[in-house]
Amino acid sequence: MIGRVPAKTASSVALLPAALLLAGVAIACGPDYFEIPIETPIQPKLDVSAFQRVLVAGFVAGGTEDVDANQETVRLLRSQLRTKSQLRVIDADILPLMDVAQEGAKPVNGDESGPREGGNGNDHQQAVGSAPAPQGVALPAKIKDEKDIEPYERLFANTAYWKRIGEEYQNPLIVTGTVLFMPHSRSGFVQRDQEVMDSFGRRRVVPMRSYLERKGFILRPKFVFIDGRTGAQLYSESYREEILYNAQQQTPALSSYFELMDRLVPNFLSALSTQKIKGTRVLLK
Amino acid sequence: MKWSLPIVVASVGVALSAVPALADSATKSRGQARSEVEFGMQVAQRGLWREAIYRWEKAAELDPTYAAAFNDLAIAYEHEGQLDKARKAYEKALELDPNNSQIRQNYELFKEINDRTSSGKDRQ
Repeated sequence: MIGRVPAKTASSVALLPAALLLAGVAIACGPDYFEIPIETPIQPKLDVSAFQRVLVAGFVAGGTEDVDANQETVRLLRSQLRTKSQLRVIDADILPLMDVAQEGAKPVNGDESGPREGGNGNDHQQAVGSAPAPQGVALPAKIKDEKDIEPYERLFANTAYWKRIGEEYQNPLIVTGTVLFMPHSRSGFVQRDQEVMDSFGRRRVVPMRSYLERKGFILRPKFVFIDGRTGAQLYSESYREEILYNAQQQTPALSSYFELMDRLVPNFLSALSTQKIKGTRVLLK
Repeated sequence: MKWSLPIVVASVGVALSAVPALADSATKSRGQARSEVEFGMQVAQRGLWREAIYRWEKAAELDPTYAAAFNDLAIAYEHEGQLDKARKAYEKALELDPNNSQIRQNYELFKEINDRTSSGKDRQ
């Protein structure tokens, strides 16, 4: 038994070049193309080498009340950044940015301005009040659509506020923005392929137009990246995704939210870290 | 003028004799380029993409009309993250063989990735 082992190994070794040769011959004599998997590395859009930590601070969110888009977006982005970026993710309370913006938008006069000036470092609503942001403009208490979310955007230009947040967390990269997740319905003719049997009993696929009532959701996030050292905006990106189902289908809002976010997360991550996109291509002879 | 006729005849003769030689050289170049492309395919399958790039660059140099060499080169550049080079190589491959559906499909897939990473955002 012991003596036979080297003989087997020797035969395996002898077979290896033959196998390689066969592989070569297979390519040389095989078809003129070969499908190959590739991974395309995408360089980050943002140079984050100056940061070691990232704070996903919170989002101005609205649309539907079925999903707390602020909380869900913060949780999702933090968990993605933990596994797919080099930055250390800061675990902190989610900032109630809508309240912060609303407080900052209140007119500065008499008693209202008093408590703002005396705030401590943890009072983010007071911090924004002391910043040179435009004030006295009423912000909608509830965000239902794009128009409602627009006046909140000036919060991201409030460098004093973000600098203060940055100081509080030792100058991290700050991720914030807006998230609009709203119900949507659309009716109209839809073309679909349908299998039919012809007079000879053969199956055929024919395009059929049918009227459909569909409903679903639209997700419109805007990710804003802020330098925690200066409070200045570094970069921002906006996306729009939608999903529609048959009107009879009952899909929970939260699962639609995650389905739409799934499409966007790679783009979000590619702003901060190198991502590899898997695919296949055809090599030709 | 009298001596010019024999010279012209001789020149035409030389030129005509060079035609098969040139054709032979082109065939030889295409043959060598094809060998390089095939070898590149073998090494790419084993994950040796840099060696594959070297082979396919050589193939494209040997035969600058060989669309497959540019297509394969573009794929390798894409795999290595050299997206500008990949785009140029795909475009060259399509210029040489505009009706090749496989090259077009590769290019469309490449563009989808490239466009996704460079559009739809508002840079500050």
